[in-house]
Amino acid sequence: MIPPAFEYHAPGSIDDAVALLSQYGDEAKILAGGHSLLPMMKLRFAEPEHLVDINNIDSLKGISEENGTIVIGAMTSENELIASSLLQEKCPLLPEAARQIADPQVRNRGTIGGDIAHGDPGNDHPALMLALDARFTLVGANGSREVAAQDFFLGTFYTALEADEILTEIRIAAQPAGTGASYQKLKRKTGDYATAAAAAVITMAGDTCQSVRISLTNLGATALRATAAETVLTGQKITEDLINQAAAKAMEICDPSEDLRGDAEYKTQMGGEMTRRAIREAVQRAGGN
Amino acid sequence: MAKTQVSFKLNGQDVDVLVEPRELLIHVLREQLQLTGSHIGCETSHCGACTVDINGKSIKSCTMLAVQAQGAEVMTVEGLAAGGELHPLQQAFMDEHGLQCGFCTPGMLMRGYRFLQENPAPSEEDIRMGMAGNLCRCTGYQNIVKSIQTAAAALQAGAAGQKAE
Repeated sequence: MIPPAFEYHAPGSIDDAVALLSQYGDEAKILAGGHSLLPMMKLRFAEPEHLVDINNIDSLKGISEENGTIVIGAMTSENELIASSLLQEKCPLLPEAARQIADPQVRNRGTIGGDIAHGDPGNDHPALMLALDARFTLVGANGSREVAAQDFFLGTFYTALEADEILTEIRIAAQPAGTGASYQKLKRKTGDYATAAAAAVITMAGDTCQSVRISLTNLGATALRATAAETVLTGQKITEDLINQAAAKAMEICDPSEDLRGDAEYKTQMGGEMTRRAIREAVQRAGGN
Repeated sequence: MAKTQVSFKLNGQDVDVLVEPRELLIHVLREQLQLTGSHIGCETSHCGACTVDINGKSIKSCTMLAVQAQGAEVMTVEGLAAGGELHPLQQAFMDEHGLQCGFCTPGMLMRGYRFLQENPAPSEEDIRMGMAGNLCRCTGYQNIVKSIQTAAAALQAGAAGQKAE
């Protein structure tokens, strides 16, 4: 399978890439790791006239800390997330989740920014970004703007990115002390998308849940934030009964499509179970009961 | 479609090829450069039969454009044996029956080659995780894992021997 013909561009800077996107508009697609786009092109699901390869832009790579905020370049690969000692220490949820994405070879090419900007509800980073309350820096012809993950995912393959914009970095604020996080992903085999997955980030004060964010992968048109489930837990002592109530609330917002991974009812039940597991583990890691 | 010149190092030799931007690296390796060791299995980045080493990392060459190899150091299974001697990993696959039909073997070898540099003394679980991007439909993986273990031991012994000299 060979992709349809396109004109190839490999800009060396964000400015050059934005200029190309401004020039070609909807005819252009950004090539990041290529592990979603190239397969789609082989199948003619995507036929861009111009491919703007941003792999040569060094300023889009790397993980750093700015005044307590973790800043991840959009072209940082999954394996670089796994290897990052900064993330291990400050945001272990990301390396843990990245290990559950695809396989070693794919993780060398696949990037966090590509995973997010593709807008696929089956990708794992969108839900992680919602749970971590991440913010995205988007750079376009009119300059730079910041969008919260909460406002970024608008529909399947549809995000807040304009045609001339590039997602350049992901910003994650430092988690307060007493925070624990977990990502629970059910998948049939290596390299598959989640049948259902849930992320939970919980801050505990003693045995009371001070704040919590819960999100779901591959259970709707976008990654979903389970706010009603969060409300059940916030300000409460976490009990098994409460965890079940939160999972029930999470299941209420699930609207998965039926496919080889299961029917809607099965996936919704698994969404509930992943939510339970993620909450339990996040609470434990936060140092609660 | 206009062709683009791409230059890279392939198994230690400089190569220049003219490619269409849409050509995948695996196609250029096999069809233009006549290195048919790397196999095309699924062509969807699942099976790993097309695994090659690029700038010290394992990648699936069915999901990378040949133009993206510009300036890179590429190694394929043809680059493993040196001076008529099998690489210890190849020898281990022979000794431990790490292959049956052999279709997945070039990818297994290239991933195993890089994996053992990333983790020279892996546990069995490390091996299964590290080799998770390569599918085999014959062996049930048991002998592939054994082959990697045997190669790890041989490479460690070789490295220790070199230090002693």
